Amino acid sequence: MQVLLPQTLDEACTMLAESQGRAVPIAGGTDLIVHWPCNIEAHQKAYLDISTLDELKFITLSGDSLIVGAMTTFWETITSKQVESEFPLLVQSAKEIGSVQIQTRGTWAGNIANASPAADGVLALMAYDASVTLISTHGTREIPLHEYFLDYKCSQRQPDELIHSFCIPRRSFTFDYFEKVGSRQAQTITKVGVAITNSSSGWRVVANSVAPMVRRCYQVEQLLEKKARIQQPDDLLAALDQDVSPIDDIRSTAAYRRCVLSRLIYYALREHCPWYS
Amino acid sequence: MTIAPENNMVDVSFTLNGKLVDVSVSATDRLLDTLRYDLRLAGTKEGCGEGECGACTVLLDGLPVNACLIFTFQVRNREVQTIESIDAHELEEFHSEGATQCGACSPGVVMTALWIRNHPSLLQTHQLSRLMAGNLCRCTGYDAIVKSLEASLSIQERN
Repeated sequence: MQVLLPQTLDEACTMLAESQGRAVPIAGGTDLIVHWPCNIEAHQKAYLDISTLDELKFITLSGDSLIVGAMTTFWETITSKQVESEFPLLVQSAKEIGSVQIQTRGTWAGNIANASPAADGVLALMAYDASVTLISTHGTREIPLHEYFLDYKCSQRQPDELIHSFCIPRRSFTFDYFEKVGSRQAQTITKVGVAITNSSSGWRVVANSVAPMVRRCYQVEQLLEKKARIQQPDDLLAALDQDVSPIDDIRSTAAYRRCVLSRLIYYALREHCPWYS
Repeated sequence: MTIAPENNMVDVSFTLNGKLVDVSVSATDRLLDTLRYDLRLAGTKEGCGEGECGACTVLLDGLPVNACLIFTFQVRNREVQTIESIDAHELEEFHSEGATQCGACSPGVVMTALWIRNHPSLLQTHQLSRLMAGNLCRCTGYDAIVKSLEASLSIQERN
């Protein structure tokens, strides 16, 4: 194992470029170290420790957006009054990630970079139309989060790029909802989760643990935009089957996930949508 | 600063229980290993070793973390506080409520519990049980742990 310890963001970008894609950025390390004993391949790599870069630790509320630095931890978000009042789903999702001990180490960029289909932070970010800013020695580029993931644990980030920050447009939301279903009340990994928002930009329905990556449910969103009549949870299944592709794995089954997702969405919206039934 | 793979060692300075320490550790050493085997502070326990049980909870810059999930090089220039820094009198409510059984989880439980006690405003936004959710007690002594913490918080409020 080789360790690279940059002092500044500039230095970090240079080290990453010079490593020619060999170095892996490490933030809180909660995803990396938990698999360390059985992930022998990981022992041969070089790691770029960006956890101490203060330049990537900030929460800025500007006129039209919220910008959060990559190394901002879940705990820093949970304790931010600004974030809580305007983007409650960020706080709700952060509180559901592991325990306090994980939240104080885990970062938003780590949640995005790990590209897990079960990422709870990504779920909330996508429901708020977040975009990700990547930085490298070549400059920066911004990618909408719903286009950022390509496949299971695979994203548009190139090996020489670091996640710099994410940006959420400020909108007035008339509805927001986040729910996570796991084996326990706390400290559990999601079997199926959903985040829903409604604003002047329309409905956003995002689900996790039901596809190779966290997914926008565009067909369900369209049903809501059209104010389609939905009398029971099963009325959502045809749309959901186009949006997601759950599988059987160690945490749950495809059938359970499909069934629970339709019910979460249905019951979340039933009170809010008078056209429902 | 680059650490070559052939020597694989990193020099790390950090503040431990109020005192500056310098250690030379392997890049792969976890904070837990450094505390227990290099610095001989064996109060911090290894339970699951994968960030679930909280037996290895220490405070990093004042916040609870799992020492099994942090590479030691990541705490350079930072402040670490372990169970060894706690005075016995701070544990009175744990004794009086019997909030300890086999003791394996106790050092971690105490670190999280005293952090909550020292920041009572956390309870305006969090349930006590959720704040303690990262500390598992295999003897299932949760009620006594929560009671001792409530007792400790109410004594603090009265004073």
